Amino acid sequence: MTVAPPALAAPVLEFENGALGFGGRSLWSGLDLAVRPGEFLAVLGPNGSGKTSLLKTILGQQRLDSGTVRLAGHEIRRGDRSVGYIPQQKLVPPGTPLRGRDLVTLGVNGHRFGPPIPRRSDRERVDELLDDVGATSYANQPVGTLSGGEQQRLRVGQALAGDPVLLLCDEPLLSLDLHHQRAVSELIDRRRRTHDTAVVFVTHDVNPVLDVVDRILYLAGGQFRQGTPSEVLRSDVLSDLYGTPVDVIRSHGRVIVVGVPDGHDHHDHHDEVAE
Amino acid sequence: MTGDDIWGRLFNFANYGELLALVQNSIIAAAVLGIVGGLIGVFVMQRDMAFAVHGISELSFAGAAGALLLGVNVVAGSLVGSLIAAVLIGLLGAKARDRNSIIGVLMPFGLGLGILFLALYPGRSANKFGLLTGQIISVDIPQLGLLITLSVVVLVALLLVWRPLSFDSLDADVAAARGVPSRALSLGFMVLLGLTVAVSVQIIGSLLVLALLVTPAAAALRVSSSPLLVPLLSMLFGFVSAVGGILLALGGALPISPYITTISFAIYVVCRIIGARKAAGGRASARRPLVAAR
Repeated sequence: MTVAPPALAAPVLEFENGALGFGGRSLWSGLDLAVRPGEFLAVLGPNGSGKTSLLKTILGQQRLDSGTVRLAGHEIRRGDRSVGYIPQQKLVPPGTPLRGRDLVTLGVNGHRFGPPIPRRSDRERVDELLDDVGATSYANQPVGTLSGGEQQRLRVGQALAGDPVLLLCDEPLLSLDLHHQRAVSELIDRRRRTHDTAVVFVTHDVNPVLDVVDRILYLAGGQFRQGTPSEVLRSDVLSDLYGTPVDVIRSHGRVIVVGVPDGHDHHDHHDEVAE
Repeated sequence: MTGDDIWGRLFNFANYGELLALVQNSIIAAAVLGIVGGLIGVFVMQRDMAFAVHGISELSFAGAAGALLLGVNVVAGSLVGSLIAAVLIGLLGAKARDRNSIIGVLMPFGLGLGILFLALYPGRSANKFGLLTGQIISVDIPQLGLLITLSVVVLVALLLVWRPLSFDSLDADVAAARGVPSRALSLGFMVLLGLTVAVSVQIIGSLLVLALLVTPAAAALRVSSSPLLVPLLSMLFGFVSAVGGILLALGGALPISPYITTISFAIYVVCRIIGARKAAGGRASARRPLVAAR
């Protein structure tokens, strides 16, 4: 790792007065955001609030309309290997000619052109990553036969291959059962604690990661709020953000947001309430 | 016609040695194409491009028929048609649904154009039929050299882009995030596919291209999921189908394509049966080590 010590560490990711629109509509503007090494930022908000666009901006696949975004002090580059990316769980179709370890191997050398001759150093790195994410026992099985949770662990391993300073997660727990939700979020949490990797975690349901989140960026209706969970997940704050009365209910360590207007949320409203 | 007559027309091994010497170059071309087709087929399957292969081959047919009519090099005509189709599909059909509609539009247009050119062509009708169903034996030596060269180019190029292309085929979003030039790679792949189709059209004809570009890979995927074994098996199946087809067809007076397609199909059927057996036997034991590990 080449980041500065955490106490005085400069932000890994920094937005200054960032603005982004989509089809003439402003998704967010005036965004000032700094994510420091080892920090866990959850990005919440209804569908269409610009969560995924935020990730695309950080990945360099989308440009800000105005303002700046910097990664480790320099301009965002497309395909930056110091960023790890964990996508939404898309099940690999059965019959895909890849075993578990091949998925991780792609993270190590999948960007490399040239004759596909295996290297011992790559193999050792893959073994290490498989061990890190606890996937060694099913590493040699066809990916298509593994469960969603097992596949997602492998994707975490794949994302860690470049030893990232920033881990971007796009709804990585979607459609996983509770057991695997916990297992995958623990993996991500452990990584940032042991390696000071900053985490930007996009999710529509904060509950599976509520215990590990440092800060929340809540996007809705072209605006946003940020702060610690107790600062943001409050009825008055979210009512103000949505412009309509919204109740935040805490029950048995879970947060439930009730009354989010339909216009803001197309179909996963109930997930947010029920989960 | 009696059964014996039909058998005699299907398989006739009189003067086999002399015939073999005559078609030596055709066999080499078929062997190289079988290997390349098997290899590129693995990506065709992973990228869900079987329909694209068929679409490209119809435009390739139109190109070849046009060349025949104009009296220019048929392989060159076939290449032009193939590449135009491949690049169009690559540029306009990034998403699977767009791609299918574009292919559906291009394919009948290409086939229609080809039929028009053939109808206008005053020459021998065997030449015409050959473009649709294969004519390797009638391809002359310089053209065979071109076919072999093209196949080798595709083979080498595929090996050089192997890893990024595998990554992109599996998960384009993550590959792009890791710095894989997804767009350039997709387009490059379409060009390689276009070249392979153009070569295949000469050997087994535009209607039957799928037998060498899809069937071997589909068969290999039935019996293995190893990233090394699947391409190797697929190349072997393509090789056996192409070369075996020519060797069996040699003595008879019939086109070679049915021999190639039948071998290729038979391999697929066998692989499917083996795959089904493996799945039935493996289901009971596959999960055991997993449970034990927890």
